Amino acid sequence: MIKRFKQLTLATSVAVACFAGALPAAQAAEEQFFMIPSYRVGPYGANGQSFYGGFIDYLTYVNMKGGIDGVQITWEECETEYNNAKGVECYERLKSKAQKAPGPIHTMSTGISYALVDKSAADKLPLAMMGYGLTSAVDGSVFPWAFPLVTTYQMQASAIIKFLKDKEKGSLEGKKIVYLYHDSAYGKEPILALEAESRLNKFTLVQIPVAHPGNEQGAQWQRIRQEKPDYVILWGWGVMNMTALNTAQKMGYPRERMIGSWWAGSEEDVIPAGDAAKGYMSATWNVAGKGVPLIADIEKTVYGAGKGNLKDTSKIGTILYNRGVSAAVLSVEAIRTAQAKFGKGKAMGPEQVRWGLENLNLTEARLKQLGATGLLPEVKTSCNNHEGSGKVKIQQWDGTKWVPLTDWIEGNKALIHPLFMADAQKYAKEKGITPRDCSKEK
Amino acid sequence: MQFFLEVLIGGLLSGVMYSLVALGFVLIFKASGVFNFAQGAMVFFAALSLVGCMEKGAPLWLAFILAFGIMTLLGIATEKFVLRKMVNQPPISLFMATIGLAFFIEGLAPLLWGNAVRRLDIGLVDEPIPWILEHWNMVISKFDLVAAGLALALVAVLALFFQYTRVGRALRAVADDHQAALSIGIPLQHIWALVWAVAGFVALVAGMLWGARNGVQFALTFTALKALPVLILGGFTSVPGAIVGGLIIGGTEKLAEIYIPPVMSGIFGGNFGGIEGWFPYVMALLFLLVRPEGLFGEKHIDRV
Amino acid sequence: MIYRETGQFKTSYAADQQIFPIRQDRIGIAILLAFAFVVVPLTAGNYWFNAILIPFLIFSLAALGLNILTGYAGQLSLGSAAFMAVGAYAAYNFQVRIEGMPVLLSFILAGLTAAGVGILFGLPSLRIKGFYLAVATLAAQFFIVWCLTKFPYLSNYSASGVISVPNVEILGYTFDTPQSRYLLVLSIVSLMALLAKNMVRSSTGRAWMAVRDMDVAAEVIGIRLMRTKLLAFAISSFYCGVAGALYAFCYLGSVEPDGFSLDLSFKILFMIIVGGVGSILGSFLGAAFILLVPIFLDIVLPWLSELLHLPVDSATVSHMQLMVFGELIMFFLIVEPHGLARLWQIGKEKLRLWPFPH
Repeated sequence: MIKRFKQLTLATSVAVACFAGALPAAQAAEEQFFMIPSYRVGPYGANGQSFYGGFIDYLTYVNMKGGIDGVQITWEECETEYNNAKGVECYERLKSKAQKAPGPIHTMSTGISYALVDKSAADKLPLAMMGYGLTSAVDGSVFPWAFPLVTTYQMQASAIIKFLKDKEKGSLEGKKIVYLYHDSAYGKEPILALEAESRLNKFTLVQIPVAHPGNEQGAQWQRIRQEKPDYVILWGWGVMNMTALNTAQKMGYPRERMIGSWWAGSEEDVIPAGDAAKGYMSATWNVAGKGVPLIADIEKTVYGAGKGNLKDTSKIGTILYNRGVSAAVLSVEAIRTAQAKFGKGKAMGPEQVRWGLENLNLTEARLKQLGATGLLPEVKTSCNNHEGSGKVKIQQWDGTKWVPLTDWIEGNKALIHPLFMADAQKYAKEKGITPRDCSKEK
Repeated sequence: MQFFLEVLIGGLLSGVMYSLVALGFVLIFKASGVFNFAQGAMVFFAALSLVGCMEKGAPLWLAFILAFGIMTLLGIATEKFVLRKMVNQPPISLFMATIGLAFFIEGLAPLLWGNAVRRLDIGLVDEPIPWILEHWNMVISKFDLVAAGLALALVAVLALFFQYTRVGRALRAVADDHQAALSIGIPLQHIWALVWAVAGFVALVAGMLWGARNGVQFALTFTALKALPVLILGGFTSVPGAIVGGLIIGGTEKLAEIYIPPVMSGIFGGNFGGIEGWFPYVMALLFLLVRPEGLFGEKHIDRV
Repeated sequence: MIYRETGQFKTSYAADQQIFPIRQDRIGIAILLAFAFVVVPLTAGNYWFNAILIPFLIFSLAALGLNILTGYAGQLSLGSAAFMAVGAYAAYNFQVRIEGMPVLLSFILAGLTAAGVGILFGLPSLRIKGFYLAVATLAAQFFIVWCLTKFPYLSNYSASGVISVPNVEILGYTFDTPQSRYLLVLSIVSLMALLAKNMVRSSTGRAWMAVRDMDVAAEVIGIRLMRTKLLAFAISSFYCGVAGALYAFCYLGSVEPDGFSLDLSFKILFMIIVGGVGSILGSFLGAAFILLVPIFLDIVLPWLSELLHLPVDSATVSHMQLMVFGELIMFFLIVEPHGLARLWQIGKEKLRLWPFPH
């Protein structure tokens, strides 16, 4: 037995050593390497599956179309199980490989991206946090390497309030809104923004936290029934969302008055709730469906050639799949932007990719060229604004699919962005970071 | 007062759902002294098998039988490949083995059936009963009532089974002392396989109800966390204890979530909701201080 | 032949009572320490430090803490992650709130804070036993994490509840390279492991073991149960607390209460069971097993499937990893229910007689 055990440990160490040794050598000349710390098992595995499926399919698609101006994309996945420590291990394992020509890192986990903010800045690797993660990284002067692209929780909350205000014919005064949230960093981030909005728009905000995992919400909804709010904003993740929808049905609360965040608005959240989800609304920064030419083309090109990442092709065109594609589009566009400045057809180094992310300008015209009109909003980033858009759409579940209700809605930037800046300044002070002078960046 | 009653009744009905999961733990602990950590994973696996069979076109009743078959196979396999090889090991090693089993099932289930989040339609809608809502202005869900009925029926059947059948007696004998039971000719292996199959059946019922409520997905494994305080409150070895414990936990948990956070906010300021995660445990803990073997647990006398 | 104690005579009590009475053990430990302190820092790469060695040492320390409680004093606990959280947040608060607080002192204070909390949650152990106690310690797990989420003071009013720790600086030297952090963690962990090794063979340790084997009998022979059990809780929580502080300061750099979840508690429990309950060495072996095997599988399985040209998608590989991990745990328990440390023990016995086993 001892012998067997020893052999095992020996094999382990040899194999690990081999891999560690082999890392830098695998990098060929004109290749852009994406590290993909994905998750496909565990409580959120279903969500990760669709997101990373879309992400990788788009990378494959770009490669099949000749790469980024000839630069081929390579990538390596690592299973994080949505666990912070495992996420860090994945990052450390793949980072040496990425150091030469990295793609932005997408963890799709607030916890993991928090743990990586400092590490990626120290290692000089661009970290993307699209619709999750450390929102004060909008202030690029303190966080040069972190990009909460497209939009943030706070801007989203503000946009939702704006939508509700429009719905109530311009005033929320005297209304009551319940904020039902997952009791974690994810659910707590928007509270300051919502409180600011409630002062500004004079509505009553009732905050009701739900303990993880949120598979039992009887008491919370009984309280909601008692409070009789005009709207319920649902900030859930995973099982909490369907439980909320089902319990709302049980308590007789109209789903048409519930509006979710973008992590509470995917097919995975509503299909299990069945009819209970009909009429439920949610915010999103990308639309669902195969109506977008790009998505249809990916299905035709990539899956037609048998190179698709997903076994279950029914996921193509779902919210999270399309979100994965959108994330990949932005990453590739950032590299294109960098190439336009630093040399077409070359693999971009970390600093160059970072520059590309910071000077991204994804216009409607460019989106049209890509066949992605309407898939995601226009994005224009700068040193001061790593968010670049702050716009969301509101969509509604009609029982079988998500139907967009509105055009892109932008949150109250004047109200929300100063919150980010203040938070970033506090962070800089705690960590002893000297902020860059954004006026000198170009 | 009416609101209080509504919360209480809602809590009691949720409590029965916790009991269902707790039952599975009790069965296995009673028969083999194993604290089966994999029970949550088994609930997940059972529900997923049920949905998987339905997706392949089987009607609910057939899918239920098929899923039960799968759970039985799993039980037999567990006995044959794991437990049989660990007879007479300390309880903590057996406990650990079930944790390994939990990992195994958590990998196996989505591998067989895919990891998409599914809906399970068992023809019951989670809606308030209109009559009660109109006359009493109280929300009592049809679904919860049926679930509670099912759970009580299951407990009654299990209690009778343990008390009056030959196999039930054998089970209790095995639980008392493996070796003594073996020496009087009780086939230990069959009994264990059987009890795992029965636990699989309970997991299937629990998985079906929880799955119909919250969707069939990995989070079903978390239902185990709701069952643990029920278990310590009711006693690890008592089937009726699981039900009574569930009722107590469900009721107090909901009342606490409604009434305690405002008090705490009054003292400390801030928002103190979301106490459901720990409240049942703290309550069970306080309860244990008074009665260390749980409500219906067997009193343990130490002899030097 | 190699490992033989024949001819090693002890002529004084002091010699007979030393920690490692056998010469080969002393040499082995010295070589191991020299290797860890000198060779590793010179040769290992960043990945090894940041992703494997530092977490391995920190988890070993936490496992050691739990092993003192569970393995030696016989009190099963499922709340170790919560005590780590107490340590992490306490160290953070001492650092942030007291100007010029030395880091090492704040680690010690963090450990003491955790010890205090540990005593509080250890009180029920005076009445409750076995699995009932295990589930009762879950109360500590959930309650502590909830408190850290709910009292903004504890996270210095961070909006999200996530804390980002300052750099570790001792006597003007900043521990910012992976090597230096590794050496710091290694020093603390070796020191505390040595202390633990000593403690478990002292009268305290013997009292713990007596309580573990049968607390009524222990009481009869005059061991004060309350003192012994609570001491075990305190010391165990101290170890976990220091591990938590190191976890935040030397490993992740930013932690949130949810990171110290029940999963982490279970992970630490797995470590001691797989490694060996009631063994200092076992804590290290177990930590290595639980930490390294998933990483190993994550690297090897995709590689294998590629090598064999199996049409396996990434989701399947992830699921296979979980299954293989579960199987390995069961396999090891079937082969050796007393853990890896016991295997090592058997190996030593064999070596003692080798090459003439009869």
